[in-house]
Amino acid sequence: MTALLDLSGVTKAYPGVVANDNVSLTIQPGEVHALLGENGAGKSTLVKMIYGLVKPDAGQMSLNGAGYAPADPRAARAAGIGMVFQHFSLFDALTVAENIALGMENAPPMRQLAAQIKAVSETYGLPLAPHRLVGDLSAGERQRVEIIRCLLQEPKLLIMDEPTSVLTPQEVEILFKTLRKLSAEGTAILYISHKLEEIRSLCDAATILRLGKVVGHCIPRDTSAAEMAEMMVGSALKPPQKAAGPVGDVLLELRGLSLPPASAFGMPLRDISVSVRAGEVLGIGGVAGNGQDELLSALSGEAQVPAATVFLKGADVGRLGPNARRVAGLLTAPEERLGHAAAPDMSLTENAMLTGAARQGLERNGLLNWGAARSFANQIIADFDVRTPGPGNAARSLSGGNLQKFVIGREILQRPEVLVVNQPTWGVDASAAAAIRQALLDLAEHGAAVIVISQDLDELMEISDNFAALNEGRLSAVRPAAGLTVAEIGQMMGGAHGMEVAHV
Amino acid sequence: MDLSVINPILLLAALMSAATPILLAATGELVVERAGVLNLGVEGMMIVGAIAGFIVAVNTGSPALGFIGAAAGGAVLSLLFVFLTQVALANQVASGLGLTLFGLGLSALMGQSYVGVKPPRMADLDLGPLSDIPVLGRILFSHDAMVYIGLLIVLGVWAGLKFTRAGLVLRAVGENHDAAHALGYKVKRIRTLAILFGGACAGMGGAYISLIRVPQWTEGMTAGVGWIALALVVFASWKPWRVLLGAYLFGGITQLQLNLQGAGVAIPVEYLAMSPYIVTIIVLVILSADKSRAPGSLGRIFHASH
Repeated sequence: MTALLDLSGVTKAYPGVVANDNVSLTIQPGEVHALLGENGAGKSTLVKMIYGLVKPDAGQMSLNGAGYAPADPRAARAAGIGMVFQHFSLFDALTVAENIALGMENAPPMRQLAAQIKAVSETYGLPLAPHRLVGDLSAGERQRVEIIRCLLQEPKLLIMDEPTSVLTPQEVEILFKTLRKLSAEGTAILYISHKLEEIRSLCDAATILRLGKVVGHCIPRDTSAAEMAEMMVGSALKPPQKAAGPVGDVLLELRGLSLPPASAFGMPLRDISVSVRAGEVLGIGGVAGNGQDELLSALSGEAQVPAATVFLKGADVGRLGPNARRVAGLLTAPEERLGHAAAPDMSLTENAMLTGAARQGLERNGLLNWGAARSFANQIIADFDVRTPGPGNAARSLSGGNLQKFVIGREILQRPEVLVVNQPTWGVDASAAAAIRQALLDLAEHGAAVIVISQDLDELMEISDNFAALNEGRLSAVRPAAGLTVAEIGQMMGGAHGMEVAHV
Repeated sequence: MDLSVINPILLLAALMSAATPILLAATGELVVERAGVLNLGVEGMMIVGAIAGFIVAVNTGSPALGFIGAAAGGAVLSLLFVFLTQVALANQVASGLGLTLFGLGLSALMGQSYVGVKPPRMADLDLGPLSDIPVLGRILFSHDAMVYIGLLIVLGVWAGLKFTRAGLVLRAVGENHDAAHALGYKVKRIRTLAILFGGACAGMGGAYISLIRVPQWTEGMTAGVGWIALALVVFASWKPWRVLLGAYLFGGITQLQLNLQGAGVAIPVEYLAMSPYIVTIIVLVILSADKSRAPGSLGRIFHASH
């Protein structure tokens, strides 16, 4: 049997870094093949080459035994390769049908296309209304748009880049049924994910990349998640240690917090009541776009909230702005690193000054103490192992994981009484993620209240004492994290959002 | 004061003609902005179109060739903007402002020996029996060809954006250039074509002033019409029919206030002169209270980082 796709000796270098070094990979028809590796291991570059977005410097690719060198994504699609992107490549202001037409070579007239979308979406259990605006859809629904866009092309190889990070457990199960059905029909799938248990249940083979090189192959069903993680990282990982510290007084309390959405595509917060005690880690789960950003901005003070809804140590802070809340001991770290948590073109020293001025005494009578700010930045860099030549470098020049360590470290080192973080380890590789989680746990152990908003359920189960889920801007009841089952969590997150299992 | 000197039929007929320069320029800019580019050089492209069209029309004796020359002049000037923003990746706001200043100077230089020259007159289009319909014929069917070409361009832009694949791709590029690039669309090529179209439309709008409305050449004769066209695109929520409505509203009230001034109405001239701006803005602000918003990538520089 000839392989569907065969890569041999593929190399791609960018200035200063070899993203792929002599990578070889073989995918059989109908095979579900996992591509594993830490951030920066070269997975994205490799799939971009297969999809025609990047041209390799050296090496051969062949498809069904014939040479394959796509000039652009259209050529790749014409050759039967589809890709579902990690950061959705969708257009908010266009309808579902228009978005799908843009990803097709010969799109039929709109009315006919709408009928095709309905047919395919029902066959694969991914219901979608063709004329809705994509900006109004949930994250799970947006992913369906991408998947159906690929399926309408009847691809021979479907590339999926971290598809489950935005889905509830029920949605993941349904997605896997769809993928298994596609695989049974002969479509090969190249699957990129950090979630090793998912890969063990779904994939037939795996290739592991580290620093651009292939470091191993394995059969995921016969390999433990710990073994795979070790191959990815190159050394054994230490899971975070959680001390069951004494739980103290209530530090932060929300009473009936409601907030209208800030933008047309935003989500309102509806009647949220919850309290967090000293020493407690509260995990808040939920699919992206269900009010996470809005909750964080209500807590940080970026959004004005009604009086008597947010209480810090019994005092109403709802009408206070971000700096007054920082002084009072409530610190936050938003999800978006570049542009929200950090100013991209400013140096790390300046970024340290931006949130640290009040609590670290970096400012006196309106004059800035740059010396103290630089030593604060240096302390963050040292304590959190931020890899950068020095505090004078622009935030933009750091990799995602390093910048994340910097912005989390910056808040933790200010000794907050309450810390709220959103997606603390998003896009961060396994060893850095473990370090960040450990730092959050240490903070709680020293008597702070910590709220972790995340879409990574494994992370939440690992570090939370209590768990609640956001769904459509409402917060579920808070339950102890220990002993929660995946099905219970899924119910708290709002179930499967109207998805159903494939019919054929 | 004598309001009876105002002839409502002539007033309405003049409205279509008065609105045409703004309509052409704003429709072109609408296409540019839907592709995600903010070109503030409309005024500069209009004035260069005005003098380019004037020179061609005077030297060939053909107003029609003049308009073609005006479109070419506006498009050539917009190539400078293409180079700055799509090749050199310069800031679009600064480049557009620079384009306007450069266009004003360049047109003055080009027009030095054309001051006081009379251009050939463009004949009204002969629409036969349609022009003979009482009242309506005088209002709608007794204009020069450019008035109708302007309307056809609006119709074409509306239908092209809504029904054609090219229009869909253009909207996609303006909405999210990174996603369009990931799907394999040529963002820079599409934007370049849109900018050239916008330049050609602005050039024709300028020539309508120098060849038909005024008809003569004076320095700076577009007098801010390009800026009004820019504002019109925003207040019209990037929708072609609202641009048409706004342009007609503006043109109509401009004519009306001129007539009122002529009739000696006891309102200070300054209030009359500002009325077209105020009324147009109020009406379009009320209309734009719906959910429509600017194209997502408007004014952002695209850099293919893959």
